[in-house]
Amino acid sequence: MSAATGTAAGAAAPLLEVERVTVRFGGLTAIDEVSFAVRTGELLGLIGPNGAGKTTMLRAITGVVRPSAGQVRLQGQALGGLPIHERIRRGLALSQQLVRPLRSISLEENVALAAGRAKTVRPWRAITHVDAGPERARARRELERVGIAELAAQGAAKQPLGVLKRLEMARAHALDPRLLLLDEPLAGLNSKEARALADTIAEINRQGMTVVLIEHNLGEVLRICTRLVVLDNGRKIGEGEPRSVMADPVVRAAYLGTAAEAAHA
Amino acid sequence: MDYEITLLTGMAIAVMFALSLNLITGFCGQISLGHAAFQGVGAYAAAMLGKAGWPFLATLPAAMLLAGVLGVIVGLASLRVRDDFLAITTMGVVFLFVGVVRQQDVLGGELGISGIPDHGFGKLGFMLVAMLACVLVVLLSVHIRRAWMGRVFNGIAEDEDTMRVLGIDVPRYKLAAFAIGTALAGLSGAFLAYHLQFIGADNFGFIESITVLSMVVVGGIGSVPGVLVAAALLSALPAWFQFIGDYKLLVYGGLLFLMMRFSPEGMAGLVRRLRGAGAAREGAR
Repeated sequence: MSAATGTAAGAAAPLLEVERVTVRFGGLTAIDEVSFAVRTGELLGLIGPNGAGKTTMLRAITGVVRPSAGQVRLQGQALGGLPIHERIRRGLALSQQLVRPLRSISLEENVALAAGRAKTVRPWRAITHVDAGPERARARRELERVGIAELAAQGAAKQPLGVLKRLEMARAHALDPRLLLLDEPLAGLNSKEARALADTIAEINRQGMTVVLIEHNLGEVLRICTRLVVLDNGRKIGEGEPRSVMADPVVRAAYLGTAAEAAHA
Repeated sequence: MDYEITLLTGMAIAVMFALSLNLITGFCGQISLGHAAFQGVGAYAAAMLGKAGWPFLATLPAAMLLAGVLGVIVGLASLRVRDDFLAITTMGVVFLFVGVVRQQDVLGGELGISGIPDHGFGKLGFMLVAMLACVLVVLLSVHIRRAWMGRVFNGIAEDEDTMRVLGIDVPRYKLAAFAIGTALAGLSGAFLAYHLQFIGADNFGFIESITVLSMVVVGGIGSVPGVLVAAALLSALPAWFQFIGDYKLLVYGGLLFLMMRFSPEGMAGLVRRLRGAGAAREGAR
């Protein structure tokens, strides 16, 4: 399967290009001249030890943080300087690591709000459109996909983390992006739930969605990802087919190093 | 009968004014401590145009337009500030309004504008026109609440960063809220000018801004029926009790404080909670 996806993806131009992106916070360089490309149709795992700069990389792509150097291109168009909402409108969607549901409304309404993107593009459209039937139906399908359809009518305020992580992913997918960015969607889920959600991610990818996945659960990453990019200390230290990347001594050292430090602490 | 007509007209104007602020503060979550300035802009526009010979109904769109345009300008200036700073910025607007109007002889200066011409509807007719306008503002509020705009406003009020990630152009929606809310405040101002037939800068100062905010908060931020009832009742209070008129800032400021402290969701929240408690008790049986 991964070989088939590989050839299909290799033929197309990159969907997203990250070009020598550097992000500095004060004196700290969180990302140091990282470049990589996301090909149409692939499921790219962006991995690395804690503090490697994965989430910062995703934030630089979505525009939450502004890179101090470098450029991000979506389908050849430079995203630099565009506000977040404009990047989302151009085809990015982000499922955030720290869940941010709208707590005053139900799960279904949360997802429907994302599904209504065509009706919320301008205030004038938003004031002249009332009906949310199709968006609610879409929202229920998305919630079903991630396995929390039975909670659709409940408020988002009191849900456990596992539910909110899945809500976050359903909401991002409902935006109909060209590129779905998932920041640790499996965190907070038990192993059975994680496996089910990883299957869902793989299924979404098989249906044609290009996905970038940040995840600490390496088992699931190796199981579903078609390609990996490895970051450590803000630098790219590896890229390629999952098994060969994980066999790379530099990557192994980065992981074993942190494992040893963690054991030490 | 005259007394009741005057009272009801005043109530209709207050409800329009309070619902206009409810759009900005209640729906979209953007606090304003200077909303009376926009009612003032509408009132002065209508009064000046009326004295220049415009018929009353023709002054209404002009008042709305002018107040709305100024609202967008203030909105643009406020886009970069949130919460406490937005409160202070908007407070500045009302002081600016009063300060500028007082210095302009064209606008009547300290003396204000008197001799605003008759609207030509008669007292009863004017009350009915004001009530009709009020009903339209209520219907617009309810419509916005139900439309996609209401969903977006509600999301911005709760968490604007999340709304950006959902692809929402947050600044544009805030400006839309400011534009609609301040234009409706201008509309209420035009009615007020013709209702009072004499206006001065002090009719649209900080105290009035706090008064209308207390109507929104007491009614329940964002709740159309709650704000409607609260504005109608609170606007009539000074007519019923002399001392409330004398101690306006104390009474409305106090009310504002008490509601924020003990029932931040206003009367609407209180009713919901009582109903909820009742339902829970029913359920327990």
